Amino acid sequence: MFVGFLYDLRERGVKAGPAEGLAIAQALQLGLHKGRLDGFYEVARALCVHREQDLDAFDRAFAHHFRGVPDEALRLTEELLQWLKDPVAKRQLTDAERSSLEKLDLEEVRQRMRDRLAEQRERHDKGNKWIGTGGTAPHGSGGTNPNGVRLGEGPGGRGALASAGERRFKDLRSDVTLDTRQIELALRRLRAFVREGALDELDLPGTIAATSRNAGELELKLRPPRRSNLRVILLLDVGGSMDPHADVSGRLFSAAKRATHFKELRTYYFHNCVYGRVYERASLQQGLGLPQLLRECDPSWRLVVVGDASMSPWELQSSGSRWDWQDESGAPGIAWLMQLAQHFQRSAWLNPEPAAAWYGTAELIRRVFPMYRLTLDGLTEAIAQLVRGGGRR
Amino acid sequence: MTFRRFKGTQKYLTSTSLESAVNCALALERPLLVRGEPGTGKTQLAEAIAEDLGLRLIHWPVKSATRAQDGLYVYDTVQRLYDSRFGDGDVKDIRRYIKYGPLGESFAAAGRTLLLIDEVDKADLEFPNDLLHELDRMRFTVGETGDEIVARERPVVVITSNAEKELPDAFLRRCVFHFIEFPDRELMSRIVRVHHPELEQKLLDESLRSFYAIRDLDGLRKRPSTSELIDWIAVLKRAGIASVELEQGMPFLGALLKREQDLIAFAEATSRGRRPRA
Repeated sequence: MFVGFLYDLRERGVKAGPAEGLAIAQALQLGLHKGRLDGFYEVARALCVHREQDLDAFDRAFAHHFRGVPDEALRLTEELLQWLKDPVAKRQLTDAERSSLEKLDLEEVRQRMRDRLAEQRERHDKGNKWIGTGGTAPHGSGGTNPNGVRLGEGPGGRGALASAGERRFKDLRSDVTLDTRQIELALRRLRAFVREGALDELDLPGTIAATSRNAGELELKLRPPRRSNLRVILLLDVGGSMDPHADVSGRLFSAAKRATHFKELRTYYFHNCVYGRVYERASLQQGLGLPQLLRECDPSWRLVVVGDASMSPWELQSSGSRWDWQDESGAPGIAWLMQLAQHFQRSAWLNPEPAAAWYGTAELIRRVFPMYRLTLDGLTEAIAQLVRGGGRR
Repeated sequence: MTFRRFKGTQKYLTSTSLESAVNCALALERPLLVRGEPGTGKTQLAEAIAEDLGLRLIHWPVKSATRAQDGLYVYDTVQRLYDSRFGDGDVKDIRRYIKYGPLGESFAAAGRTLLLIDEVDKADLEFPNDLLHELDRMRFTVGETGDEIVARERPVVVITSNAEKELPDAFLRRCVFHFIEFPDRELMSRIVRVHHPELEQKLLDESLRSFYAIRDLDGLRKRPSTSELIDWIAVLKRAGIASVELEQGMPFLGALLKREQDLIAFAEATSRGRRPRA
């Protein structure tokens, strides 16, 4: 029951593992649950849940597993200690139990397994009905039914007659997307240190050297503290073809906003392609003319553009028809992009689309901006490129 | 194995789940990570545990520039250089110039202490990870002297976080977690009674009603919490106000809402509410 609960938690996104299981076992051994189910609930929650966002998932898993369990029948401690010896401890069946299990032929077992699989919605360990591990039902993995059908690998009970794929690791694939903390950590590398400002830090090696030169007469040397001196402009493409990527670019945006090591961060929005102006709001209001932006930000600012770089070719190259009718300069989009790329010493374009989809307008833009994928690797590469050189100005 | 259980104090009311989390942390000797809205008494919890168990409280307020090393010890080079020049004290003894930080102090203390690492999320992203080893092993080495400081009695560690930043998984895994939920009306009136025992029931009911109404307003940047309510009632008592009605205009609203945008949002919401009746 308990192991199944841990797996259920994991399936619902609560990161509970062996460490949590051991901690709970220890807590129960010390009697912290006071022998009651609600005591166990509180102990398990304090140890398995690590962030408030997971509390709800924990409650759902708990209700699912322990509904209808009478308090006095709860002998979790014993089961847990058993579990610690063997992740899925098998029950040894007595002869009586063995004979009491239904004797089924393989075809019948397979048919019932298919029916059960269709019924079953969740992962399951132990028990005598559902498909899972360590149970006595005739189908599942590592069970002890003498006539069972086995699913997946692993040395199990003797009764396993056949094997079917289990796909145990499919969940590991879910973490390929960037989470906010990963982005924050990657962004931390986007910095360039420089010493400037008031002299309020003791330069220890300098002081020792100066004192020695002074024949032991103390001479203090001070220096300005070392601070990151990087200014960043973030330009985000919004709307249209960027809508499917709104989530990941939103995460990048909030991580950049929270980063404390930028000397200055400006974020602007554009739609499809940058023309004469960029916007302070995602709703494309409060425009700022590009010439003014270039006046305000000297070339040492790092420019990061996030966009899928896909638009119709005329949006990029023709000088007349654009969605932004307020811009009257008549220059084509590519000219504005080139102006941006030439103004800033270091810039990068992050593209949420896979590299295979970088053709058409993306191919043209790639010639103007170094283009990277909006993944952890791409972001890391882009940042390495952005901090190279030009830091100490 | 026995340990003293935490049951709350006269000034600090707990719930069973909070007590259970604290006792888990005490028994398993793991740090207790407390999260919750600002003003729900995270820091006070540490004070209450220290009071209840009779431990000395060592407070480590974390700031944006705090490094893990600051918590262990600082080598006061300037003092040593100064002494070498002006001849006060024994300069050869480097130990005189090692000053323990809060973590080092809690290890080196003769008895058991309670170390409160307050607002851990304020510091750099790597800060919690840098503490892991010391909190796990309860020992560290002073690089300048080669001395190893080992905690004689494992301190009780309480860590608070405002949930502004995500903490690293490796850190979370080692902690007992508790999220302080916002108190419901019943618990809140008991909490207010603890702080204002002689408050009249009528004013208590009315102020709680207005308070929860304000909390339910949409679009507030910072919703008022327990500490604001307690301050606000203190102001009402001082001013001799016996009755508050949301519709009649709220006295001393600044004690509850501290942002200009929130005051504007409140004004808009109350004027909207009045318009249909007028």
